[in-house]
Amino acid sequence: MLTRRNLLAAAVGAAAGSASWTMVRAGTGQRVLVLGGDLAEIVFAIGAGEIVIATDTTALWPPEVEKLPKVGYLRRLSAEGLLSLMPDLVLAGADAGPQGALDQVRAAGIRVETGPEGTGFDTVSKKIVFVGSVLKRDAEAEALAARVAMEMASVEVALSSLAETPSVLFLISLANGAPMASGTGTAADEMIRLAHARNVVDGFEGYRPLSPEAAVGLAPQIIVLPDHAVGAGDVRSALDGTGLAATPAAGQGRVVVMDGLKLLGFGPRTPAAVGELARALHPAAAARLDL
Amino acid sequence: MQRVAVPGMPSTFSRDGLAVLCFAVLALALASAGVMLGPVPLGFGEVLGALSGHAETRSQVIVLEIRAPRVVLGAAIGAGLALSGTALQGVLRNPLADPGLIGVTAGGALGAVAAIVVGSHVAELLPEAARSWLLPLAAFFGAGAATGFVFAVSRRDGTTHTATLILAGVAVNSIAGAVIGLLIYVSDDRQLRDLTFWTMGGLGGADWRMVALAVPCIGVATVGLMRLTRALDLLQLGERAAWYSGLEVGHVKTAVGLWSALAVGAGTAVAGPIGFIGLVAPHIARLCVGPGHRMVVPAAALTGSALLLGADLTVRLIVPPAEPPVGLATSLIGGPFFLWLLLTRMRRDA
Repeated sequence: MLTRRNLLAAAVGAAAGSASWTMVRAGTGQRVLVLGGDLAEIVFAIGAGEIVIATDTTALWPPEVEKLPKVGYLRRLSAEGLLSLMPDLVLAGADAGPQGALDQVRAAGIRVETGPEGTGFDTVSKKIVFVGSVLKRDAEAEALAARVAMEMASVEVALSSLAETPSVLFLISLANGAPMASGTGTAADEMIRLAHARNVVDGFEGYRPLSPEAAVGLAPQIIVLPDHAVGAGDVRSALDGTGLAATPAAGQGRVVVMDGLKLLGFGPRTPAAVGELARALHPAAAARLDL
Repeated sequence: MQRVAVPGMPSTFSRDGLAVLCFAVLALALASAGVMLGPVPLGFGEVLGALSGHAETRSQVIVLEIRAPRVVLGAAIGAGLALSGTALQGVLRNPLADPGLIGVTAGGALGAVAAIVVGSHVAELLPEAARSWLLPLAAFFGAGAATGFVFAVSRRDGTTHTATLILAGVAVNSIAGAVIGLLIYVSDDRQLRDLTFWTMGGLGGADWRMVALAVPCIGVATVGLMRLTRALDLLQLGERAAWYSGLEVGHVKTAVGLWSALAVGAGTAVAGPIGFIGLVAPHIARLCVGPGHRMVVPAAALTGSALLLGADLTVRLIVPPAEPPVGLATSLIGGPFFLWLLLTRMRRDA
């Protein structure tokens, strides 16, 4: 976003030139640039937040990251933009790119480490171990990974008593009245499964536009949306614009809105997210779910 | 604005020559600024040191591997887009013609998108060294195929029908757009990620490999188009009149199509679709140096370079460390400037 502060910072940065360069250099400690909301969450969760100098726009948690400079969108990075922050280590999620920009940063002598790929709960511990080993905080990382695994195990135990698997339609966006639904093989699909529910869309992989008619035909009992899909308006009017009002879920008002990064990020908050989603998907059993 | 550049009329020549010189100075200044300035503040000495190879790795990489290829590519692509816009507007005698209108850009985009989506399956069959060339080459052939098709369709009895050509371009645009939409629909998450970056257009991915691919093509096309200035002047009298004055109209059209496809295809192949420059740079040039193509062609090329270099510099500096798409800046800088030029000329001529 173009703010006056950014413009000012640019002007001051250009004017101050080499002065700021020496100043930063004189500072001690590691300067880590984190690309990816999930990795940023992990870095802060293992107590290494103070060495993070900047993140990308997908980093929204913990609240401390809001104060940090943003290098733009994860998939549209600029090599010189990254270099201008003078990091000595770049922690890049598997989604970060374009590859050329990261290669150029590497060529400038900056260490760039790319995280593990994939969605699913398995990747959470892989990511935590990766961050721990790169930042040389293996002990903290191991503790965090163990804690997350334990939380997940207890959530799974609590959920094992659930008999029903309600049918769920997950919509990643409602942009322009054309809802994008999650098929199989996505983070959303995995989360629905973990929360003891069934993704109604099993005909395609990834996220695809879904016609309202197909949505009504799939007859989902519940619709789940990330918060960024809803925006400032309320859920009802957002859904009315898409023709999804005729689905059983919308008819009975069973629409769940959740923090997008928490729900889909596959980070340390995943067990809590599974619990939260499960409570929303199984309202009748929610009271006795010991979470 | 009815002034015609008459050879041997010294006052006109020197004024227009001065305008071309101004454009050259402006493009050169922006190119130097492109090497000197960026989100990383480097002193004058550091940049000079990097250019002569006596700086630390970091400055060296920033100046020689990030900024320099970007500036070279920006200058070349801007010039290529502007030149093909000038030639197409001249040959079609249509002020709205630009490489986007007749399907060159769309063809290039289709080639690139196909390379991203289908290419991953083909890539295994190719030798390692050839894989990274797949996208630029596909974009390039897409642009060439679209242009060839459009010109072939509109050619009847040895003459090219301008209206048919534009309509065929519109059709190619919508077909290419639909096929791109289809390919995006069947693409997986990883391919989509590459697509989003590429379809926005920009010089962010510039490196010397891309310079090596695009600059020679654009250079050849520039020489080819520069040689058509007299033909383009004659064509302004109308195709029939040009033909009676001894111009091989069909040959000229084919040549314009070929060189435009080469220049725009090469540009699209490495930087994605960049709009607006091909449309507006020729007009800016014409407003400044009059309609004679001997002056318009170099002036437009330099204007195109300056526009793209200026736009790229702006997106690099405006919200560091992030970088908005360059298309925003080309329109935001070029649009108002063009309007201002248009209005002042209209007022002066009134």
